[in-house]
Amino acid sequence: MKKLINDPKAVVDESVQGFGQAHADLVTVSADPTFITRKDAPVSGKVGLVSGGGSGHEPLHAGFVGRGMLDAAVPGAVFTSPTPDQILPATHAVNSGAGVVHIVKNYTGDVLNFETAAELAEAEGVNVRTVLVNDDVAVEDSLYTAGRRGVGGTVLVEKIAGAAAERGDGLDVVAAIGERVNSNVRTMGVALSACTVPHAGSPSFDLAEDEIEIGIGIHGEPGRHRIPMENADGITDRLLAPVLADLGISSGDRVLLFVNGMGGTPLSELYIVYRRAAQVLADRGAAVERSLVGNYITALEMQGCSISVLRLDDELTELWDAPVHTAALRWGV
Amino acid sequence: MVLDVNWTVKWLTLCAQAMAEHRVELIELDRAIGDSDHGENMDRGFQAVLDKLSESPPETPGAALKLTAMTLMSKVGGAAGPLYGTAFLRAATSLGDSAEIAPAAWAGALAAARDGIVARGKAEPGDKTMVDAWTPAAEAASMAAADGSQDALSVLVAAAEAAEAGAVATDPLVARKGRASYLGERSAGHRDPGAASSALILRAAVKAAA
Repeated sequence: MKKLINDPKAVVDESVQGFGQAHADLVTVSADPTFITRKDAPVSGKVGLVSGGGSGHEPLHAGFVGRGMLDAAVPGAVFTSPTPDQILPATHAVNSGAGVVHIVKNYTGDVLNFETAAELAEAEGVNVRTVLVNDDVAVEDSLYTAGRRGVGGTVLVEKIAGAAAERGDGLDVVAAIGERVNSNVRTMGVALSACTVPHAGSPSFDLAEDEIEIGIGIHGEPGRHRIPMENADGITDRLLAPVLADLGISSGDRVLLFVNGMGGTPLSELYIVYRRAAQVLADRGAAVERSLVGNYITALEMQGCSISVLRLDDELTELWDAPVHTAALRWGV
Repeated sequence: MVLDVNWTVKWLTLCAQAMAEHRVELIELDRAIGDSDHGENMDRGFQAVLDKLSESPPETPGAALKLTAMTLMSKVGGAAGPLYGTAFLRAATSLGDSAEIAPAAWAGALAAARDGIVARGKAEPGDKTMVDAWTPAAEAASMAAADGSQDALSVLVAAAEAAEAGAVATDPLVARKGRASYLGERSAGHRDPGAASSALILRAAVKAAA
């Protein structure tokens, strides 16, 4: 394992410290317990947005703290959800009295820890609503599973719900908009290589040189099935088909196409995937009205990507276009 | 053997030792069907429990377990933090203020812990989770304690052996809860890391009484 680290146990702390120093104009980093808040939090009269999860997905979530997006991010250990003793003070720190929305990716650990923190916050007088993100079509959703995972769609939920909060929408409206984004977005990912968790020291799964994993999540866990390597267009078709089928995309739909890198794939390759995905959508008669391409929700140095499609309406488009000023997303400012 | 606060502290100390010793093994189990963090998180959590126990020594077994619950909940993270936190909290509540744990009370504490895990995690027996270790352990302890002739040590042994067998029995199961469930059929053939760490905890209880 070759990594630019000092001590596997200090990875999250040292990385968060560096993040705070690099973006001191945007965020404040609190230590012990660790969480990151928007510089001017709490913003008077505004609903606060808190998200969090395991580290290793950077820029998610801290990279999305700032005007027009999150008010606080709570990082856990690598691939491990944060704990209620972090989430609770972060919730208080961004509560202006208008209430707080927790944006939670659907993983057992994240759900349990945010649920506990939300109960404690409610008991201490903060109104909390939770938006659960579960956009991963790779996972069969049934009563007998933990349900679909929250993956690429999380970035879109955070941006759009963040814009709603910024324009002054109330607690229930912001939560409803977040849920609307979630119910209109689907994602599917692929890994060309595994990633190595610093404290584990070896790759999270073994993948032969000529194999890829279809249907991976963002924690280095193996996917649904393994197939021989294909070219970019072939892989794109495989990822996109279940996304479009599940979302029921048809002619005349307006969409946002998001090609996300897993951390170890160059941008040039992500654009090759985008090219094909846009072509498939055009063939279906769908209009790609907005796009996002880059490494926004990653799995350390994993090679691969995910494709998310969000069905847009006028309001979601307007909220997507609204100004955002964070370390990782910035426009209109 | 009397299961008093000294035994409880020794048990928790041996839990910490077991998590440190089996850290890599638990990481490897989790690497196969999860995300490689279970051993790391449990080790970190129980080391924090040791610190808390020496900072503010508890006066009863229940107080020791409550301190453990709060520490695990705030230090472990993932699903294991809230699940073990709830388990220890429910066990602490079932023991109340009593200075010693009678065999029947130990069985009751294990049942309370199991019920807490089920309430929080919504898993059932056979889902390939820690419930598959705690359910047989609670049942075995209850049967051994109901016998009346059994001393505390044999009730602890019955629980530990049942938990170990329960953990082994998760090997062929297909996971239906937790992160391993994303693998579907591919989760079969691997031991559930949470069931494995649960068995270590209950084995440590025996060692503390030996």
